[in-house]
Amino acid sequence: MIGPVIDILLLSFMIVIALAVVRMRDLFGVAMLVSLFSLLCAGVFTVMDAADVAFTEAAVGAGISTILMLATLTRTARRERRRASGVSILPLTVVCITGALLVFGTSDLPRLGDPDAPIHKHVADRYLQRSGEEIGIPNVVTSILASYRGYDTLGETAVIFTAGIAVIALLGLRRRRPRPARRREGNDALGETTVVSTAAVADEPVQGRPEKGGDG
Amino acid sequence: MLHHTVLRVVSKLLIPVIMLFALYVQFHGDYSPGGGFQAGVIFAAAIILYALLFGLDNTLDVLPSGVLQGTAALGVLLYAGVGITTVLMGGNFLDYNRLAADGPTGQHLGIFLVELGVGITVSSVMLLLYYAFAGRGSRP
Amino acid sequence: MRFSQLYNYEIAIFLSMIGFYVLVSRGNLVKKVAGLSMFQTSVFILYISMGVVQDGTVPILVDGVRVYSNPLPHVLILTAIVVGVATTAVALALIIRIKEAYDTVEEDEIHEQDRSF
Repeated sequence: MIGPVIDILLLSFMIVIALAVVRMRDLFGVAMLVSLFSLLCAGVFTVMDAADVAFTEAAVGAGISTILMLATLTRTARRERRRASGVSILPLTVVCITGALLVFGTSDLPRLGDPDAPIHKHVADRYLQRSGEEIGIPNVVTSILASYRGYDTLGETAVIFTAGIAVIALLGLRRRRPRPARRREGNDALGETTVVSTAAVADEPVQGRPEKGGDG
Repeated sequence: MLHHTVLRVVSKLLIPVIMLFALYVQFHGDYSPGGGFQAGVIFAAAIILYALLFGLDNTLDVLPSGVLQGTAALGVLLYAGVGITTVLMGGNFLDYNRLAADGPTGQHLGIFLVELGVGITVSSVMLLLYYAFAGRGSRP
Repeated sequence: MRFSQLYNYEIAIFLSMIGFYVLVSRGNLVKKVAGLSMFQTSVFILYISMGVVQDGTVPILVDGVRVYSNPLPHVLILTAIVVGVATTAVALALIIRIKEAYDTVEEDEIHEQDRSF
């Protein structure tokens, strides 16, 4: 089977990229590497038969979040400030302990791809068996997303909306630039400039329409 | 950004295709991978590509932020409105079977409307995020 | 798939721990968000790995196919990705405001200005 080979290849690329992110100080490079990390992750999702998720990850993780991070970098510092010591001991210890506990926790999980794993035995099986006749559309992910778990998705949509409001509240929105005013005659406050600009723009003889200039 | 002739020409050709692809992903999501979340992001990406090349001011002329604030709320309201409609028609909240005479037709209609709401909200919010980040004046 | 049976989970945990290390050890706030984003992506891999079924295919119903991978983790992660970018955007917006208020995005300099240590 070619699947696991591609899987391991992509995951090892991701490990290399993650280690490069730890060492790199140029934040522009960090943003690009995180984008590449997401793109490879989309490849891993494709290998693991999650086409919808891969699609979303490629569009969101590699696209939008990179643009947002780059936009942040133009407002803040381009480079990370150099610190005194390279490797800090306390965070490394905490991370190693957490990782060891998690690996210990995975040791009695069902093996990868086991068709008898508990996760495949409850509602998921029913969705796959019945959604064809109950919902009538082939993409099971869409039928679960929009119909069986519609409450979830409503909540997620509301979260996205709220996040949009939060960002607007924090940063504000730029208004549209004022349109270049084309005809300004009749405006008393700007009367002086109106006369000048009308005379400058219009090359035609002024006596053709004396009443317009006379207003100002 | 005035000198990238190749980028501007290529992106002018690509942006309509990206938008068309977003609509395909939105409305064909029942049969192939896709749906409101992906379509919204792809649609927003097309407009962001335009904004990156032609400037935020030109983009604001096409899609003012006030309109986007309205549509962002409209998507959530459309989603919740489908739920309220099913309640008024005698079913549970988001029980699409009530929307039509037989179950699968109602489900089709409900999923279509709900995914449309998701797509509208996601694309509007992603664009608003970009506007907020890009519109903040650059500080050295 | 023979040699460990669990390698995907272990690699995902390793990746998430690298992200966690960046999150706790680096002082630059933008880099912290990058680490958090990597942590998040690795957790997605862990979830999707659990949905894999051997010899299964993409969960789109087709005649003649019997084995599909589990669609439930796909749904959960699909929405989590989009919500993740929305929350990341809030974090980045806060960083921009911090930069404007303190004129730095390094954590220790912020603490120094606040005299919080």
